[in-house]
Amino acid sequence: MREKEMLQTDNILEIRDLFVEYRTFDGTVKAVNGLDLSLKAGMTLGLVGETGAGKTTAGLAVMQLIQQPPGIIRGGSIYFNGENLLKKSDRQMRAVRGSRISMIFQDPMTSLNPVHSVQDQIAEVIGEHEKIKKSEAVIKAQELLEMVGIPAARSKEYPHQFSGGMKQRVVIAMALAANPNLLIADEPTTALDVTIQAQVLEMIKELRRKYSTAMLIITHDLGVVAEVCDAVSVIYAGHIVEHGTLEDVFDHNLHPYTQGLFDSLPNLQDRKVKLKPIKGLMPDPTDLPKGCVFHPRCKYSMPICETEKPARAHRTDGHYVECHLYDGGDVKKSKVRTT
Amino acid sequence: MQNKKRYRGQSQVYQIWYRFRHNKSAMLGLVIISLLILIAVFADVLFSYDGIAIKQNIMERLQAPSAAHPMGTDDYGRDILARVVHGSRISLGIGFGGVAIALFGGTIIGAIAGFYGGKVDMVVMRVTDIFMAIPNILMAMIIVAVAGTSAVTIAISLGIAAIPTFTRVARGAVLTVREMEYIESARAIGAKNSTIISKHILPNCFAPLLVQTTLSMAIIILSVSGLSYLGMGIKAPIPEWGSMLSASRAYLQGNSYMAIFPGLAIMLTILALNLLGDGLRDASDPKLK
Repeated sequence: MREKEMLQTDNILEIRDLFVEYRTFDGTVKAVNGLDLSLKAGMTLGLVGETGAGKTTAGLAVMQLIQQPPGIIRGGSIYFNGENLLKKSDRQMRAVRGSRISMIFQDPMTSLNPVHSVQDQIAEVIGEHEKIKKSEAVIKAQELLEMVGIPAARSKEYPHQFSGGMKQRVVIAMALAANPNLLIADEPTTALDVTIQAQVLEMIKELRRKYSTAMLIITHDLGVVAEVCDAVSVIYAGHIVEHGTLEDVFDHNLHPYTQGLFDSLPNLQDRKVKLKPIKGLMPDPTDLPKGCVFHPRCKYSMPICETEKPARAHRTDGHYVECHLYDGGDVKKSKVRTT
Repeated sequence: MQNKKRYRGQSQVYQIWYRFRHNKSAMLGLVIISLLILIAVFADVLFSYDGIAIKQNIMERLQAPSAAHPMGTDDYGRDILARVVHGSRISLGIGFGGVAIALFGGTIIGAIAGFYGGKVDMVVMRVTDIFMAIPNILMAMIIVAVAGTSAVTIAISLGIAAIPTFTRVARGAVLTVREMEYIESARAIGAKNSTIISKHILPNCFAPLLVQTTLSMAIIILSVSGLSYLGMGIKAPIPEWGSMLSASRAYLQGNSYMAIFPGLAIMLTILALNLLGDGLRDASDPKLK
């Protein structure tokens, strides 16, 4: 019944009320707490939050790559093309991984195997999901490398012979090798220096135009989001606190946390302005605060914030925020910030 | 020229070899081992086995080294040089055979323990610990005592006795490698566990295992000689370095050359293998330059 209902949406990825925990000796780390995400086919969604907000865990949960134990998916559902991935067996998941959903990891320096040449590593992805000869897979791999700007002459080389930016290109070629419908990029530019970041982002944008692959970009870098994303979800302590289109979140953001993120960015127009970082640290995930998880750091904190979780308030159909400031449904009238 | 070289694919093996080549003592070890292997392969060409190596000649017994017998003759009048040459076959044969068994068995067991972790790891490693508490030579003696003494059973028993060492080395290496991000990305492309172990993890554990192989081979060769010396190894009249040493015991005072040459052969082999092993260890670790 429910799956049928899902099939009617045009969302390629729909996460509902996902809970992921890591059960360790020191206590239960609540990494993802009631996460909701939706991503339309061919679009790019940015998942933005601080270190430790549960971004990577959410990405790994979609791939079902959370180490179990200690990790455990306690509840919720992840629909991909209308199918609940959490109901799939290991074997079925293996067929999905790499071919229909693929993932780019944070650090290109370590995400390539040092003992295989780059063309072999890409050919392996193709061979894993298509029935073709090794030699044909290698030729395809070389084409992919050319596409991401690495000359075929260098395809027999090993990862240590490439620079960081080129390695990330290899990783991206690898992720695209089997024409996935969804690409999860976990901080794809964090480990790169700024000039290379720009190149890689440019390339991601171009590939997206060419293949119209849906992308989930996990990042803490609002600059990256502004470059490539169509929609943005802001995650705090494993929960989406604000979601909207790029314009909604950048120009009409409502949640104090989102506003804090923008205030933490340096102002290029006026370099004398002091940064206003968000006070405090991410809450201890083994002991999350009651009520709104953000209240200990929030400058608008009210008594109700300490006891009750805020409900979702919509500004528009696609833009919502979870904060007690907007209780009573007067979001549309509330102060709209312009940055 | 420089460019051409840089653009060639530099596999890990190539890099190790590149660094290894510049290590003089390691190269010396490699040369000695290669020579020994050649001698073992062409032993029949150098000295006929039936005609010289095991042919007794009572008239020429206990002769000091001379032009006719460069290493002298033993108490049965057999040419010691010929026996040392033929003895290399036994030593190297058992060395290679035994280490192959240990490498194969130890790597598989260690990789499974390291990869799956948890209870599997716990059980496998405790059993390994128990076996490691028994000295190799004692372990081999038990197996030989049960299965009999032939080159094959000795190779198998010494190989089995060396499995725990390889299990530990392999497990340690797998534990490090399996946490690497490229293993996670191999999972992310949908690879099976068996593919991940054989294609992604084990090739990255190659260096420590290779080093252990050379060092273990030295130990096994020494153990063969030790077993033979104790009379539990290769039976007479087959030439074997350890049993030659054992036979020379009675003649040490007057005819010490009988002990010196087989002893030198053992020493040289072990030395060469250790030089090779140390060189490989240095070459496989780029940080140790």
